[in-house]
Amino acid sequence: MPNPLNPNSKKDRIDSLAATAGDRHRSGDHAQPGGGVAVATVDDAGHVEESTGVSLLASAWRRLRRNPVFLLGLAITTIFVIVAIFAPWLAPHDPAKGLLITEVRQQTNPIPAARPGFPLGADNAGRDIFSRLIVGSRQTLVVGVMATLFGFLGGLTLGTLAGALGGWVDSLVMRIVDVMLSIPSLLLAFSIAAIAARPSQWTVIIAIAVVQVPVFARLLRGSMLAQRASDHVLAARALGVKRSAIVFRHMLPNAMGPVIVQATLVVATSIIDAAALSFLGLGNPDDRQPEWGQMLGAAQRFIYDYPALAIWPALCIIVVALGFTLMGESLREALDPKSRR
Amino acid sequence: MIRFIVRRLLQMVGVVLILSLLVFLWLRSLPGGTVSAMLGERATPERRAALEKALGLDQPIWVQYWEFLKRALTGQFGSSTGVQPGTDAFQVFLTRFPATIELAFFALVIAVALGIPLGYLAARRRGSIFDNLSIVGSLIGIAVPVFFLAFLLKYWFAIKLHWLPVSGRQDPDINATRVTGFFVLDGLLTREYDASWDAIKHLILPSLALATIPFAVIFRITRASVLEVLDEDYVRTAESKGLTNKVIRGRHVLRNALLPVVTTIGLQTGGLLVGAVLTERVFSYAGLGEALAIAFERRDYAVLQVCILMAAVTFVIVNLLVDIAYAVIDPRVRTR
Repeated sequence: MPNPLNPNSKKDRIDSLAATAGDRHRSGDHAQPGGGVAVATVDDAGHVEESTGVSLLASAWRRLRRNPVFLLGLAITTIFVIVAIFAPWLAPHDPAKGLLITEVRQQTNPIPAARPGFPLGADNAGRDIFSRLIVGSRQTLVVGVMATLFGFLGGLTLGTLAGALGGWVDSLVMRIVDVMLSIPSLLLAFSIAAIAARPSQWTVIIAIAVVQVPVFARLLRGSMLAQRASDHVLAARALGVKRSAIVFRHMLPNAMGPVIVQATLVVATSIIDAAALSFLGLGNPDDRQPEWGQMLGAAQRFIYDYPALAIWPALCIIVVALGFTLMGESLREALDPKSRR
Repeated sequence: MIRFIVRRLLQMVGVVLILSLLVFLWLRSLPGGTVSAMLGERATPERRAALEKALGLDQPIWVQYWEFLKRALTGQFGSSTGVQPGTDAFQVFLTRFPATIELAFFALVIAVALGIPLGYLAARRRGSIFDNLSIVGSLIGIAVPVFFLAFLLKYWFAIKLHWLPVSGRQDPDINATRVTGFFVLDGLLTREYDASWDAIKHLILPSLALATIPFAVIFRITRASVLEVLDEDYVRTAESKGLTNKVIRGRHVLRNALLPVVTTIGLQTGGLLVGAVLTERVFSYAGLGEALAIAFERRDYAVLQVCILMAAVTFVIVNLLVDIAYAVIDPRVRTR
């Protein structure tokens, strides 16, 4: 049981988030006026299988749709995803082509200034910054989502094993997870990225994802344990449902709430971490496919003479990371009846 | 209480052992292996073979790990190749560690001095504009890449406005006496107050940049914790007893609300260490973080293994101290 007074160590924070998975039944007491949470639990008793994921999202949505913080986060991330999808058609120029390369003077004028058609100017290879920012949203989204997805899948495997099997598997997995959590996370990512002989976008993604594995593993195990003690799992067991079916159809879907919260927050940190890796020279050296973190890392060479080169990608990162964080934080509050704001 | 400490100490030894194994395996999986890492890619085959023999790389892996452990315990990690070429890697760590502690300490002081009062005020005025603004502010603090903030601060306050020094730990013109390696403390001890003041001026910008994330975390924990305590029965009891607001706030609310905050402060070390890698790089501040950043860039594996191992060990030790401190403050933790 996590200590509710001490929600601050990394482990305790994960555990208290995990505990919200088991608390859903209690949420009826705290439900907002008009919220149909208590009714939903009665529904649950009737047909557990089909109403699980839906009722969770539905009850969360009921609380979220009037939350301005959540809506702002949602708006930012939606715009970001739309831009990323349609990037090649939105960008006025080819992001990889040095259109203003004739303007670049190594000594006197390494960064071509803004001009009609090139609203933000070009970088030191004469490539249009505005187009690179738009197209860069794509790789940034890929890095954020893929790193989160891999971290989640790794954590899912470990956490489900530990939570479902229990016993010595549980102890072994959790010891490994605890040691991984005892290394400062970004330092672990730096070290993993340094192993790569040839850094690329994928080594960056893997380095960031590995760091997230123990977090997701502990989170899932915690939620699974909370689920194992819950009434609907007891009911399923009493009905003679097979063990694998209980794990995959009753426990796992219900344990997802805290995981979704964590995943939303991890997308934001992944994007920021990718920038940190690029800054230390551990990022993807191939810049034909732009990525914001990489653009920011590359801009450090010119930062004191041409700060705008760094400010634009940094602003993009800040706004998008803020969007995901706002969404994640308000989701966490919506799912956790104990927290108030 | 003693049993609690002994149990945690044993756990810590286990964690450190596994950590050393991880660093050992990590070192072996680096591009080209340990030998290339130490000699560089262009070494002659004879030199490679000689070093392999000298390092015992022809031995079975568990023997190698045992040798690695023995060397690690005696601080023999070889010489630095990239950070301070030729210097013993452990020596590099020792000279730079105080710098990072000094920086991290200043950052923590800033984070605490701002985070706790703001968190308390935000909780007292829950839902007000002030509350919402500071929440959004703390979330922005988390969303800004630390090194970018460091660049901005350096650009404005050092390069454009010339208010503060651009980089380093001390003005090279100041010939200060070194006693402890903590520059501010050294100046106070030797009564070279100008040296202390100069060191503080060098610390302001990097520690501000480094303080953002701990500030955001401390602010949020304080706020959540004060909100939690304000709802407790004993606060209502105190109010109904007719105690003055001052007593209720100081003795009942703040004292109880600060329990989790105290531990949070200790637990920021991990984030501070990582943040130091980025900020120290920007400000060319000669600490552990800068050593790590340069070592990653130039593949200085001797320095990397010392610094990563010691950073992780420091983190584990601080966590242990925090746990013990927490058990002292709050007896309920001991039974966990």
